[in-house]
Amino acid sequence: MKQRHLVIAFIVALAAAWSLLQPFTITLLCYIGLYALVAVGLVMLTGVGGMTSFGQAAFVGLGAYATAWICTSPTAAEWLGFLPKGVYPWIGLVLGLLVTALIAWALGAVTLRLSGHYLPLGTIAWGLSLYYIFGNLQTLGGFTGITDIPPLTLFGFSMESPRVLGVLIWALLLLAIWALHNLLHSREGRAIRALKSGRLMAESMGVDTARHRIKLFVLAALLAAVSGWLYAHMQRFVNPTPFNLNIGIEYLFMAVVGGAGYLWGAVLGATLITLLKEELQDALPKLLGASGNFEVIVFGLLMLLVLQRAADGLWPVLAGWMRRFIQAEPAHKLVAGGGAVQLDQRQLPPAGQEILKADKVTKRFAGLVANNEVDMTVKAGEIHALIGPNGAGKSTFFNMISGVDDPTDGSVSLMGKPMRGHPSREFAALGLGRTFQHVRLLGERSVLDNVALGAHRRGHRGWVASMLRLDRAEEAAVLAEAMRQIERCGLGAVADTAAASLPLGQQRIVEIARALAGQPAILLLDEPAAGLRHLEKQSLAALLRQLREEGLAILVVEHDMEFVMNLADRITVLEFGTVIAHGTPAEVQADARVIAAYLGGDMA
Amino acid sequence: MDFQIALMLTQDGIVNGAIYALMALALVLVFSVTRVIFIPQGEFVTYAALAMAALQTGKLPAVLWLLVALGALTLVVEAVRQARGQEVDWRSTLLWAVVLPAAAAVLMGVVKPQSMLLQALAVLLLVVPMGPLVYRLAYRPLADATVLILLIVSVALHLAMVGLGLYFFGAEGSRTAAFSEARWDVGGLMISGQSVVIVGATAVLVVAMFFFFERTIIGKALRATAINRVGARLMGIPTALSGDLSFALAALIGAVSGLLIAPVTTIYYDTGFLIGLKGFVAAIVGGLHSYPLALLGALLVGQLESFSSFWASAFKEVIVFTLIIPVLWWRSLHTHHVEDEE
Repeated sequence: MKQRHLVIAFIVALAAAWSLLQPFTITLLCYIGLYALVAVGLVMLTGVGGMTSFGQAAFVGLGAYATAWICTSPTAAEWLGFLPKGVYPWIGLVLGLLVTALIAWALGAVTLRLSGHYLPLGTIAWGLSLYYIFGNLQTLGGFTGITDIPPLTLFGFSMESPRVLGVLIWALLLLAIWALHNLLHSREGRAIRALKSGRLMAESMGVDTARHRIKLFVLAALLAAVSGWLYAHMQRFVNPTPFNLNIGIEYLFMAVVGGAGYLWGAVLGATLITLLKEELQDALPKLLGASGNFEVIVFGLLMLLVLQRAADGLWPVLAGWMRRFIQAEPAHKLVAGGGAVQLDQRQLPPAGQEILKADKVTKRFAGLVANNEVDMTVKAGEIHALIGPNGAGKSTFFNMISGVDDPTDGSVSLMGKPMRGHPSREFAALGLGRTFQHVRLLGERSVLDNVALGAHRRGHRGWVASMLRLDRAEEAAVLAEAMRQIERCGLGAVADTAAASLPLGQQRIVEIARALAGQPAILLLDEPAAGLRHLEKQSLAALLRQLREEGLAILVVEHDMEFVMNLADRITVLEFGTVIAHGTPAEVQADARVIAAYLGGDMA
Repeated sequence: MDFQIALMLTQDGIVNGAIYALMALALVLVFSVTRVIFIPQGEFVTYAALAMAALQTGKLPAVLWLLVALGALTLVVEAVRQARGQEVDWRSTLLWAVVLPAAAAVLMGVVKPQSMLLQALAVLLLVVPMGPLVYRLAYRPLADATVLILLIVSVALHLAMVGLGLYFFGAEGSRTAAFSEARWDVGGLMISGQSVVIVGATAVLVVAMFFFFERTIIGKALRATAINRVGARLMGIPTALSGDLSFALAALIGAVSGLLIAPVTTIYYDTGFLIGLKGFVAAIVGGLHSYPLALLGALLVGQLESFSSFWASAFKEVIVFTLIIPVLWWRSLHTHHVEDEE
């Protein structure tokens, strides 16, 4: 039995039991479905995207109030008078989604280009503010709220009873989980998974991480708004209380307790917290002899315990227990027909053309001059090495020419375009592929997944296409291309292995394969040979030579002299941030200043 | 609005701004040293204010039992760590978990002080040890977690502490007696002694903190930790010590703020949260790391709140909290390179 069968069994069991369950249980299940819809958005945001929001309840509120206003306000009735009443809730849904998307986008746009903690802080302020706004707007009924919201109808069929509406709630929830699952297993999904721990790396692969973060936040907000819309038509009245900050925090608890990295964790968390709240609201006031929302004490402490003891939440624990009964899915099913879709191809420039040019690049950190007027040109079809003792400023220079940092003075141009002040994803767009000195892979993902991220810019299918599985042909082409590069780099045997479990030397090669998957015109390699054994070094050198034949420009920063001297066409030597020598390996080896720099002694 | 009202609002804004300034200082301190965004800071304000109110009505503040429980739990945790072979600093542990709580209990339960200064001292003894104890129980096991996880921990802790506040103090609000009943008429503007006490105490605390960080070795150690955590540890500054200290300072600042504000505002079990959040708005003006900018932000928040309570009192919270949107927007204009999260 596989996980998919288990999911199907769960759905069938739920459907079969639906008509037999007590009304109370049905209502409870409706609430669980509504909460899970919000929590699943938080799973995407928190567990996958590495952001979080305490203000989801406010988005639920937007969805609920939008439809409540459309369905009850005389103003709305005046405008929509020509339409049958049954359509109003659906207009309310559209309005709720629009307003939510707008506000979430604005909130995301101002906070998501900053460090990760500004978004949650912003959502706390937003969650509080919306509660006061709802409560003080008389058109929205103030703190008493809006009553007499009509039930949903679809083609004249009333969804007044929870037993009917519940079917819609759970159908939407399962649909959302299916779509999000598809999204996560797509080209865009790989980029989304990199948001949490690999933003710098993803930017270098051409991913606009800020934009993806904003989209993810908007997506989570929209799911919350849908939940609010359903809530309003189930309750038939709304007031500000269920949309305040405390409830927003409870939604996050559901995601974290259930397992913030797992879509089904949201359902588990929503179930647990809803049942627990039900119990505690009865038991605690009796126990403590006072009335009040004391369940927050238990929730707070429970949350602390989960974060300290089982940071991934309870879903993985449950999944581990179930794994005895189900087979793991094969890591990747390479879909046949990878040739049906052509990925973007780059026309490589002719050999000898200037690809990357650094002109008098200077970088100062306060008083320290890390790079002093460094000049360098890298041409198509040649291997250029940058060497120098530790602390010579090689890494600083590397950051400067790859868009990770800006030079204080001087200019960097790529393909003849001035690049100063441009982010690294634009370097990637122009054909710069790179590796990192400190390996930056998504450790839990497979080698294939990591390498496929390198081909990100060569595909175009977006979020919606991915959710609806319209991207399968392109995805097959991306994976096929990734597999080609993996085999070319000699890693075919470990394609399905988690990247973090490889030895460090091989991880560096995975980074090269990832860079190659982007079909670069220039390859920047930061200490590629470190940690490799002798034979591995030889095959790496062979690979680089072959790439040079194909017309790539290659810049290598390396400490291994033998490797460099046998491979490079030209060498630039850096010491104390300044170029002290430049030329062929033979010229550089004969240079008195280079010898002094490496072996010590004065430059007589 | 005439000039008189404007002056009065300004004065109000300065007094409230002073409290927000204290909050903001504590938040910047805790964040820069431990990376914890300390949402429960406001709960120390509540606990101190309501404990003071209980003492003044001749009651034993029930929140003392929370301190006793935290102390006992910390002793258990430290004993377990010792048994597992980890190094435990028993001197500081005993100070925070036994000595200070015992002193607070004796002062409150046995001495039952009548003078306001002794009552205030008892409240400080009650609240200050909660800082390091909470740090050890909630945050220290997660010292290597991301800022995001630590923030979620903070929110969980806030929720638990507000709930406990409701249990220990009840839902009714309280006010305490003013430290000074004096009133002066300065050109038609009434200035109360208490507002002078608030602004004066804030100024003293700010100056004291400045000297602490500039002139004492412990203060310098904290600053070093804020600048480079790993480097400071390699230089022999224990992470745990800086955690204890910054949380103790935060609790101290919170308790003082609570004592200062309780005579001018009715404090409910959940009032502290809003006060703390306004401190956050101020701290965010300074990017959570600049003390002077945070102070400036606090003054701004105080004025904004005071004037919006005149013009649109129902929306004053909304106006204050939405201030962070333009502030964040302004900050976001100055970043265009991506950095990985810690």
